[in-house]
Amino acid sequence: MSGRSLLDKVWDAHTVRELPTGQTQLFIGLHLIHEVTSPQAFAMLREMKLPVRFPERTFATVDHIIPTLSQKRPLADPLAEEMMVALEENTRENGIQLFDAASGRQGIVHVIGPELGLTQPGTTIACGDSHTSTHGAFGAVAFGIGTSQVRDVLATQCLALARPKTRRIDVTGKLAAGVYAKDVILAIIRVLGVKGGVGYAYEYAGPVIDAFSIEERLTVCNMSIEGGARCGYVNPDDATIAYLRGRPFSPEGAAFDRAARWWRAAASDPDARYADRALLDGTRIAPSVTWGINPGQSVAVNERLPRVADLPDDERASAEEAYAYMSLRPGEPLAGTAVDVCFIGSCTNGRISDLREAARVARTGKVAPGVKALVVPGSQAVANQALAEGLPEVFRSAGFEWREPGCSMCLAMNPDKLVGRELCASSSNRNFKGRQGSPTGRTLLMSPAMVAAAALRGAVADVREIL
Amino acid sequence: MATPALRVVGRGCVLRGNDIDTDRIIPARFLRSITFDGLGEHAFEDDRAQSKGDHPLDDDRFAGANVLIVGRNFGCGSSREHAPQSLWRRGFQAFVGGSFAEIFAGNCTALGLPCLVLDAGDLDTLMNAVDARPEQTITVDVAARSVTCDVGMFAARIPDGTRQQLLEGSWNATAVLLDAGDAIERTARSLPYVSGFAG
Repeated sequence: MSGRSLLDKVWDAHTVRELPTGQTQLFIGLHLIHEVTSPQAFAMLREMKLPVRFPERTFATVDHIIPTLSQKRPLADPLAEEMMVALEENTRENGIQLFDAASGRQGIVHVIGPELGLTQPGTTIACGDSHTSTHGAFGAVAFGIGTSQVRDVLATQCLALARPKTRRIDVTGKLAAGVYAKDVILAIIRVLGVKGGVGYAYEYAGPVIDAFSIEERLTVCNMSIEGGARCGYVNPDDATIAYLRGRPFSPEGAAFDRAARWWRAAASDPDARYADRALLDGTRIAPSVTWGINPGQSVAVNERLPRVADLPDDERASAEEAYAYMSLRPGEPLAGTAVDVCFIGSCTNGRISDLREAARVARTGKVAPGVKALVVPGSQAVANQALAEGLPEVFRSAGFEWREPGCSMCLAMNPDKLVGRELCASSSNRNFKGRQGSPTGRTLLMSPAMVAAAALRGAVADVREIL
Repeated sequence: MATPALRVVGRGCVLRGNDIDTDRIIPARFLRSITFDGLGEHAFEDDRAQSKGDHPLDDDRFAGANVLIVGRNFGCGSSREHAPQSLWRRGFQAFVGGSFAEIFAGNCTALGLPCLVLDAGDLDTLMNAVDARPEQTITVDVAARSVTCDVGMFAARIPDGTRQQLLEGSWNATAVLLDAGDAIERTARSLPYVSGFAG
């Protein structure tokens, strides 16, 4: 008998029963909620007169709507305030712990789960947010769900799901200087496509992934969903165990040792079988930038943009639409393209290691005239650590704005938005039309260091020329 | 959404293009609400504004359509259930396309809205036929796994589990999951992390 993958082990351990539909009733170990996708779920629960089954297994925070300039209550936007109040009431009435601004633990849900030690290997994690795949960095099976499914988890701590297939993606070799986890996941999505992962869980492995810190793995797993994979994970190893030691929700003492053994056992067996495999040479990955309207449309910073005729048949219409929307021309490189806004933050790249890399670049110059550049830490803990390291001052003296934690300009549900056709160099995860708040706004996805480089040059730049 | 959607009979609306994401279906600014009310009028709001009346949702020929015919990877991106909610509130009761993003399809199932997949050639034929004669009747049959229009009947795909949920009326999963009773707690007790790895 061949070995099992982590996905199979976790799936089997969390199976409550097989349903007549052939789906699995899967127990959810950790449920994370936020203000946007939970209020309707609580309303449905009230209508059905059902209690929350395991209130101690759900944790809440506020991130999408929270302003990053002033988080003073009541929030200036009455709609945002109403959502905030609803979350406070729903969590209080149901005995669910809420990490709000006053808790000192508030932040983007996918940033605080890991840093609090809530995210653990071998577990199942669900949240009404597609970037829940982030938590797979610990070797958890973590995925985004809709609001009706949030209701299901609140009521039963379970979901009805079909088991995904597993694709193992090995990234071999070694990354060059100036090449980051963001470039690796952009390269993976470019090769496998934005829908290549539909029906799959991605297992990221190989020397490049093994050498990554937990924060770098979080960046990779975060964007699994942009490749169509609802969930993506990295097998737990020494780095995972070391990261979890001493976190607020990690086990302590002898319990931690028992946990570490159980966590390691969740890793895929060496002879595990996969439905599919893919291989990428990490040595050949360069700093990458998206040029289009989906995260699969990316190039190396100095590469010429593809000619539509050179693309596969089924990508041409989307490329033409992208060129028209972005006002970019095939055959030219992105380097040198003037940008209006630079955004460093988000659940993809709003952690302390991201800010440190961006600060390395920021120390070398000043934000170009006319460019608006903002740095938004992913959580209060990240903000505090950055403060301890003097990073806010590094950014401010270079001409960046330093903001309060939240989702900010990733998704346009708070005051941080593009205006008109502004072009934004962004460390976030989606370059969809209108994503950053202006219906005609344009997004270039890249690593935080590359965003900082673009801010200093006032144009897309190769960070390797600065570092 | 009180009855299981075994068959949807009505008219089609052709929305061409691949990788249409949920930010386009319902821009994030309309998610600033604690209910799903009123989302229907904002479906594809920014795309429609930029098309200056040329968007299929504003095309009089497709007025009253209840089957949305789409390309590949429809509904990719954000997990927002607001996306199918807005389309359902606009009158769509079924989706036929080249493929669907996983979370979007799951959200549709939870609302009793079937998503059926056609082969590329058949989808082309269907789109062209409905474009040419929008008034024709379209039948989306979940049990038979088929989509029928004037030109003919096309074999369609839908995952077995999803199909069965729709046919049994068990697409609202809460009741089914509650039926497991104590088995849920038994599974919880079998997982050492639930007790914090207590010895």
